[in-house]
Amino acid sequence: MDFFKRIFGKKKPPVSPDGVKTAPLDPMMVAPTTITPLQARVLLGMAQSIGVERTHNEDSLFVLQGTAAGLEALPEFGLYIVADGMGGHRSGEVASAISVRAVSRRLFEDSILQLMSIDPLTDVVPLQDLMRIALEEANLAVVERVPGGGTTLTAVLHLGHQVTIGHVGDSRAYILTDSDVRPVTRDHSLVKRLEELGQLRPEEAEVHPQRNVLYRAIGQGANLEVDVFTLPIPRNSHILLCSDGLWGVVPDQEIRRIVSAAESPQEACDRLIDAANAAGGPDNISAVLVYFPPE
Amino acid sequence: MRRTTRALPNKTGETDQLGLLQPGVTLQDRYLILGVLGSGGMSSVYKGRDLHFPNVTKLVAVKEMINLAADPTMYEMVVRNFEREADLLATLSHPAIPRIYDYFTQDTSSYLVMEFIEGRDLERLLGDTDTYLPEEKVVTWAVELCDVLTYLHGHQPQPVIFRDMKPSNVMIDQHGHIRLIDFGIARIFQPGQKGTMIGTEGYSPPEQYRGEASPAGDIYALGATMHHLLTRRDPRAEPPFSFSERPVRQINPQISPELESVVNAALAYDPKDRFASAESFKSALLAAAKQTGILISPQKSTALKLPSDVQELWAFECEDEIRGSPIVHRGILYVGCYDNNLYALDAKRGTFLWKYPTEGGIPTRPAANEDLVYVASEDHRLHAVSADQGKLVWTYLAEGPIRSSPTLYEGHVFVGADDGHLHVVNMLNGRRAWRAEAAGPVRSSPLVFDERVYFGCESGDFYCVDFRGEIKWRFRAKRAISSSPIMVEGILYFGSMDWTLYALEAEGGWQIWRFRMGRPTISSPAYAEGKLLTGCADGNIYAIDARNNREVWRFQTEHQVTSSPVIQEDSVYCGSVDGSMYCLDLRSGRKRWTYRTGGPITGTPAIHEGSIYFGSNDHHVYALLT
Repeated sequence: MDFFKRIFGKKKPPVSPDGVKTAPLDPMMVAPTTITPLQARVLLGMAQSIGVERTHNEDSLFVLQGTAAGLEALPEFGLYIVADGMGGHRSGEVASAISVRAVSRRLFEDSILQLMSIDPLTDVVPLQDLMRIALEEANLAVVERVPGGGTTLTAVLHLGHQVTIGHVGDSRAYILTDSDVRPVTRDHSLVKRLEELGQLRPEEAEVHPQRNVLYRAIGQGANLEVDVFTLPIPRNSHILLCSDGLWGVVPDQEIRRIVSAAESPQEACDRLIDAANAAGGPDNISAVLVYFPPE
Repeated sequence: MRRTTRALPNKTGETDQLGLLQPGVTLQDRYLILGVLGSGGMSSVYKGRDLHFPNVTKLVAVKEMINLAADPTMYEMVVRNFEREADLLATLSHPAIPRIYDYFTQDTSSYLVMEFIEGRDLERLLGDTDTYLPEEKVVTWAVELCDVLTYLHGHQPQPVIFRDMKPSNVMIDQHGHIRLIDFGIARIFQPGQKGTMIGTEGYSPPEQYRGEASPAGDIYALGATMHHLLTRRDPRAEPPFSFSERPVRQINPQISPELESVVNAALAYDPKDRFASAESFKSALLAAAKQTGILISPQKSTALKLPSDVQELWAFECEDEIRGSPIVHRGILYVGCYDNNLYALDAKRGTFLWKYPTEGGIPTRPAANEDLVYVASEDHRLHAVSADQGKLVWTYLAEGPIRSSPTLYEGHVFVGADDGHLHVVNMLNGRRAWRAEAAGPVRSSPLVFDERVYFGCESGDFYCVDFRGEIKWRFRAKRAISSSPIMVEGILYFGSMDWTLYALEAEGGWQIWRFRMGRPTISSPAYAEGKLLTGCADGNIYAIDARNNREVWRFQTEHQVTSSPVIQEDSVYCGSVDGSMYCLDLRSGRKRWTYRTGGPITGTPAIHEGSIYFGSNDHHVYALLT
């Protein structure tokens, strides 16, 4: 345990199993305030923690953000993924890691690299199909390589003025404004479903013994049903991606308050992780926060 | 790590590791095992022969349940529970319930010997067919199931709850009657570990998760079973309790609304909102069947309602076909005709006010602003005439016929032409402000938004240009794009001759999704309540979820649909080449009325103050009261 504490100190999130570096960037690097603004920019923060009670980190996250300036510049783009693995032994962490790889690789190749093309493209796979294919591929990879393992996965692909979201499981994507916090994904958990139907009160759901039972997850078998949808980017607002180690512990309004009070998305992510750990840190915690400036 | 994921039950089973009984084995010196009928989890069912009847072949079904309890006390308890339930089942007597002949426990298994039923269970039946089951068949089965539930729930001294109604537990015997198999006795043998659930999630009622088993739960599960039979959508592959999100008729519009509402009532979340008893469920089914007449004459086709709810306001005859679309501006209807004239009619009365002659057919929709009306003609010209008298103000000459409907935006007319250009013309003096080149004739009507112009072209290219005519991006479909784009929340939607409806992100032109139809389309989409409506040459009017490309419903007309739909409140209006104007319910796609004309309707209707206006190739302009 000491070993883990030494390596996985609160402020220094671990390197996730797929080798994606998830340590927060230096705030100076991400804060554009000192740079001559070409235009308002997308800002990023991210953080991860093993939590207090767990000995393994089964969460994975992935962040890629791009901006180009100049004549006929590419629109801003970004790819953000959070996955929360489950299953015995190490299968949870492997499942989340390879899922993130499978999804990011597919989306990078077939959407972001395509952006760089000079000629107009023909016969491009539509973004929503691409997102669905990416998550289905991750599902097959987990079924094949990690029997008994599974993972949630929530991916946000930002291109220009739209975000396309792919989602399976109970990690969440939120849209946060100064006055509002709203999950845009739907938890694929039995308890959430019962709560949606009024069969359980929210306070009952919070303590329900089956609250961790998902009815959909990457790795559950063939015919995975994936939620895919596209939203206009929320101007002057944040998108937060997080695992249930955050949202299951820190109330939504508290999340909103922390994000509003923070100076930067990175600071907000650090505070969110602190809050989850302060509340007992029962599970791994991952958070990616993206700020979209006013138009 | 603490999470578990539910999986669909393994239909083929993996029971080999548990050791299935081999054919030839005899149990209790009496039951000869002939083969496996089914297996899954902790139990298996075998086909067997009762050797106490040596002179005839008396077949039996032998259900084997494996007792995994390691602790002797637990083991004993499981056996005692099993025997109690078996005793109860043995007292049941109903034609739809297989008879129990015997039970016994041997080593680590308990066995139940039952009547052998020749037939197929409903899950197999669904798997063996690929079309929808006829409504009357499902209703007949459901009525029989209600009968057996009524018997069970009325059992004395205690009601018997079936607990596990689902297609695989309902057999259709060789006489075509239903038989309930597999009473939930096997659940006694399920280890009571955390996270194990009772029943099959897809069919069981929400309250079962609170450990409640009641007649209302069986009613729900029967509703769920009917839903599966009518829609062919396996609820185990859907989110739990999501039936209300996919109403029966949204998936299978052939089903009557009467039956749909009976199924919905059975599937109410709150047990109090369901039928009070299986008996009242049955009465509702019979009442619905009586209303639709399905149980009397199963072959009856849906009655074609004649246009009853729609009243003709007026009709006006021109000298040739009307292929374009009308507009109403300040109480006057303007419409172009293939007799080369632009007509102005009084919208209320249909009286002739004036006509303005161009030198070519007019396949487009005019546009009007204040005192001027703009009309594009195949004579290569865009004409601006006075709105009140039809006096020529100016014309603008393109280098080819104009088959694109003009769009007005900030003092300019935007219009495409067959000369391969998008033309931008000053509204007041008819002078060209600028033009943009395209790779082919431009027949779609340009969309102007936020200093960008979006239009499709016959080469299959779709352009986004800025106000200097410079291309910002270009998208290429496989065939011509004659359909005119619309934009909703930053996403462009339009159809193409390549049989596809596209959704593109407006800033960069990336495709977000596409929807494939059965034929080419030139119809321009319309949007309301999260749905896109479009016509297609395959004869359908489609409603598609705008968030993803799921089809919500489709309505089949009798010929191509080149007209574009128009939405008013919860009604969709769209014409068809079959000669009819259709009014459909936006949510369900159900027909409200049709109005038949003497020729194809290719243009888009205009709606103004409670009336709908459209032209037909039978030379008439029609006005109907909606």
